[in-house]
Amino acid sequence: MRYLRGFFILTAIVVAMPFLFPDNYYVTVVAVAAGLNAILAVSLNLLMGYAGQISLGHAAFFGIGAYSSAILTTRFGWNPWLAIVAGMALTCSVAFLVARPILRLKGHYLAMATLGLGIIVNILLVQGERWTGGPDGLGDIPTLSIFGWIVDSDLRWYIVIGSVLLLVVVLAQNIINSRSGRALRALHGSEVAAEMMGINTTATKTAVFVLAALIASLAGSLFSHQQTFVSPESFSFFFSIELVTMVVLGGMASTYGAVLGAVILTFLPELLVVFEEFEVMIFGAILMLMMIFLPQGLLVGFNEQIRKWLLQRARASGGEQRRDIA
Amino acid sequence: MTLLEVEGLSKSFGGVTAIADLCFKVPEQQVYSVIGPNGAGKTTLFNMLSGIYTPNEGSIKFQNRELIGRLPHQVASLGVSRTFQNLQMFFNMSVLDNVKVGCHLRTRSRIWSAALRLPGIFREERQAEAWSREALEFCRLEEFIGQEASALPYGVLKRLEIARALAAKPSLLLMDEPAAGLNDTETVEMRQLIRRICASGVTVLLVEHNMGLVMDVSDRILVIDYGSRLAEGTPTEIQRNPKVIQAYLGGEVQYAV
Amino acid sequence: MFDQILQFLLTGVTVGATYALVALGFAIIYNASDVVNFAQGEFVMIGAMSAIALSASNGLPLWLAIIISILITVGVGMALQRFAIAPARGASVVTTIIITIGASIFLRGIALLLWGKDIFALPHFSGETPIHIGEATLLPQNIWVMGGGALMVIGVHYFFNHTTQGKAVLACSCNRTAAHLVGINVSRMMLIAYGLSAMLGASAGILVAPITFTSYETGVMLGLKGFSAAILGGMGNPMGAVAGGLLLGLIESLAAGLISSGYKDAIGFVILLLVLFFRPSGLFGKASADRV
Ligand SMILES: Nc1ncnc2c1ncn2[C@@H]1O[C@H](COP(=O)(O)OP(=O)(O)OP(=O)(O)O)[C@@H](O)[C@H]1O
Ligand SMILES: [Mg+2]
Repeated sequence: MRYLRGFFILTAIVVAMPFLFPDNYYVTVVAVAAGLNAILAVSLNLLMGYAGQISLGHAAFFGIGAYSSAILTTRFGWNPWLAIVAGMALTCSVAFLVARPILRLKGHYLAMATLGLGIIVNILLVQGERWTGGPDGLGDIPTLSIFGWIVDSDLRWYIVIGSVLLLVVVLAQNIINSRSGRALRALHGSEVAAEMMGINTTATKTAVFVLAALIASLAGSLFSHQQTFVSPESFSFFFSIELVTMVVLGGMASTYGAVLGAVILTFLPELLVVFEEFEVMIFGAILMLMMIFLPQGLLVGFNEQIRKWLLQRARASGGEQRRDIA
Repeated sequence: MTLLEVEGLSKSFGGVTAIADLCFKVPEQQVYSVIGPNGAGKTTLFNMLSGIYTPNEGSIKFQNRELIGRLPHQVASLGVSRTFQNLQMFFNMSVLDNVKVGCHLRTRSRIWSAALRLPGIFREERQAEAWSREALEFCRLEEFIGQEASALPYGVLKRLEIARALAAKPSLLLMDEPAAGLNDTETVEMRQLIRRICASGVTVLLVEHNMGLVMDVSDRILVIDYGSRLAEGTPTEIQRNPKVIQAYLGGEVQYAV
Repeated sequence: MFDQILQFLLTGVTVGATYALVALGFAIIYNASDVVNFAQGEFVMIGAMSAIALSASNGLPLWLAIIISILITVGVGMALQRFAIAPARGASVVTTIIITIGASIFLRGIALLLWGKDIFALPHFSGETPIHIGEATLLPQNIWVMGGGALMVIGVHYFFNHTTQGKAVLACSCNRTAAHLVGINVSRMMLIAYGLSAMLGASAGILVAPITFTSYETGVMLGLKGFSAAILGGMGNPMGAVAGGLLLGLIESLAAGLISSGYKDAIGFVILLLVLFFRPSGLFGKASADRV
C-alpha cells in the first residue's frame, strides 16, 4: 500500500481543514472550487501525465457533464442523480466516438485537435440557445440530496466534493499501479515497444481518454448542482488550458502533483486580488517563472530541494562527527 | 520442426527496395542469424515479422499461422517478442515496472477491476512481480531492480530490454543488434546470455554486426544484401562461401572470435 | 448570388491574409526552436495597440507610429526568446507551451494596465471610399491587408531561401549542434527568428486594425486561428502555414455568409479536425513515420 501513502496524507488534510479553520471563506468556498479542479486535474493527468496524450480540450467533457445535469434537471425535471448518470453516458459516447481518430494524432497535431474539440463544444453551448440558454447560461439548478441529506451549505458541499476527490485519487492511484496503469505509462515511454509487449495501444488510449472524460463529466455535474447556475464561460478554451497548467505545474505523471497544481492555481488568483489591476500581469509572470525554474513541476521540484537540503545536513553532521573523532 | 517460414517477402519505401523476394526458414530452438551490410534491410525484415510494417508481398508463417495482417500486439500474443536496434525502453518507469510490462500478455486484469482493487488484483501483482524478478535474474540484472530505467547505463539497458522481452515468455525472440555499442566484457556476457536464452527453449532470430559473436552463437546464418538473399548455411559454410567473402566481407576475412 | 460569393471571397482573403501572417510567425518559431508559441497572438495585439496609442494620443504621424510599434513588438518577441524561452531549454513540449501561455497572460496583463478594456481602431491608411467590383465592395484597407500580407510572405520566402542569415536560421532548425559546429551563432539566430515572427504578427495586427476593432484581448482568438492555420497547412512548412491561413479565412467567411455567423468558428474547427483525421500531418506536411 506504499503508493497510497500520499492518499492518507491528503485525507488527513481534507478532514482537518474545516476543523482548523471553521467558517473560513477560503476553506468552504475556495476549497470546493479547488477540489473540483483537483478532480479534473487528476483525470487529465491520467491522460496527459501518464499516457502522454496531451489534451487542450478537457473542459469540453466538464461542460457536457455540467450542461447535461443542468438541462435535464431544469427543463425536464429529472432527478439529479439520474441526470448525472445520463451526462456520463453522453460523455462516454462522445469521448468514445472522437477518441480513435483524435488519438491517432501526435504531438502538436493532437494538441490542436483536442483544442478544436473543446472550442467546438463551447460554441455549441453558446449557440444552442434553445437548450443551453446561450451566453446567459442556465440557472435554478437544484442541489443534490443524498438519502434525504440535502447538500445545501458550503460545508456540506465541501464534504461531498472532498469525498469525491479522495475517491478519484484512490481510483487513479489504483489504476496507475496495476497492469492497465503500466500499459498507459508504457505507451507514453515508447509506443512501438508497448505494442510489442502485447499492449493494444489504440484500445488503451481510447480507454484512458474515455475514463478521463467520464471523471470530468462527473465533476461537471457536481459543479452544476453546486453552483446552481452554469454558463459557457466556465467551459472555455481558457479553462482547458488552466487544467493543463495545473497538471504541469504540480508535476506531470503524479496524481498528488495534479492535486497540488489545482489547489495552487485556484488559490493564486484569490490571493492576487489585492494587486487589483496588476493581477493578470502578476499571474502570468508567476506562471512563467515557475515553469522556467521548476520545469519538472512543483512536487518534484520541492522533493528535490528537500532531498538536497537533507543531503547537505547529513554531510554537515557527518563532518562534525569526523571532527569529533579527530 | 520449422517455427518460422518466410516466403517471397518484399517491401519497398517509395523507390527504395528494402527487402526483395526473401525466403528462409527458422528451425525451432536454434539461434538463427541474419547478417548483411548497413542498409541491407535487416531491421525492415524485423519490422515486418513483428507487424510494424506491412509487406508488399509474401507470407510469414509462424507456427503455421500467417502473421501478415496482424497488428504488433496480435503478433506478440502469438508468442513473438523483440528488442530494438535503438533502445525502446520505458524511461518513465522503474526497472521492475519495465519488466512487468513484459508480463502484460500473461496477466488479465482490466482497468475497472484495477481501479476498484478487486481481490484478484493482489494475486496477479504478486505473480507479475515474481515473473519479472525471474526474468531479471535470468539476465543478471537483479542488482538494478529498485532503480529507475533512466538512471541505467547503456550496456545494462540493452540487457534490460531483453529481460522485458523474455518476461512475455515468447517462443520466438527477435534481437536487433543486441551487442551494438557494448564493450568487450559486456559482449561476452551478451554471448552467454544469448546461449542461455536458446538453451531455455526460446528460438532466437538475431541481427548483429559483431561477426565473432554471430559465428559463435549461431546455428544457421542468412546473409542478405540489398534486401535479397546472398547465402544461407551454417557458420562454417558462410565463412567459406566465396560470394559472401566477395560481396559482404570485401575480400580478406579475419574473424576475431 | 455570384456577387455575394465574390464578396465572401474578398472578405475571406482579407481575414485569411491576417491568419496567414500569424501562422507564418508560428511556423517560423516552431521550426527554429520547436516551441509552439501561444503568445503569437499577443504580438498582433501589441502591434495594433501600440500603433493606435502612438498615433492617437501621442499624435505621431501614422507611418512613424507604425514603424515604432513594429519595433516595439520585435523587441517584445526578442525579449520573450531571451528571458522566457532560452532559460528553459531542454524543457518538455508542454512545459514550453505553458511558458508561452504564461507570457501571453503577462503581456495581456500589461496591455490591460496601459490601455484598459476599451476597444480602439486605427485610422484607415488611405481613406474609406469603397471600391466596387460588380456588386461586391472592397475598402482600400482590404487591399492594404492583402498586398501587405503578400509582400511580407514574399519577403520571408526570400529571406529564408536567398540570404545567408535566413539559411543560417534554417540550419539551426535542422540541427542545432551541427549549426553551432559550423560557426553559426545559434542564440542570435533564435533572436532573429522570434523577432521576425513578432514583426509578422505586429504587421498583421496593424494592417487589420482599421477594419477590425482592437482591444487587449484581441490576440487570443487570432493566436488560436494562427495555430489552426499552421496545423492545417502542416507545421514545419512555412508556405503551408500561409496556404492554411488563406484557406481558413475563406472557409470561415463562406461559412459565416452561407451558413451562420455564430457557427463560423465551429465550422472552421470541424473542417480542421476532418483534415487531420484524414491527413494527420496537415495538408502540406510530410507524414512522419517513427523509425525503430
Ligand atoms: N520507414 C522507412 N521509410 C523509408 N525508408 C526506409 C524506412 N525504413 C527503412 N528504410 C530504408 O530501407 C533500407 C533498409 O533499412 P534497414 O534499416 O532495414 O537496414 P539495416 O539492415 O537494418 O541496416 P543497419 O545495419 O544499419 O541497421 C534503407 O535504405 C533504409 O533507408
Ligand atoms: Mg538495422
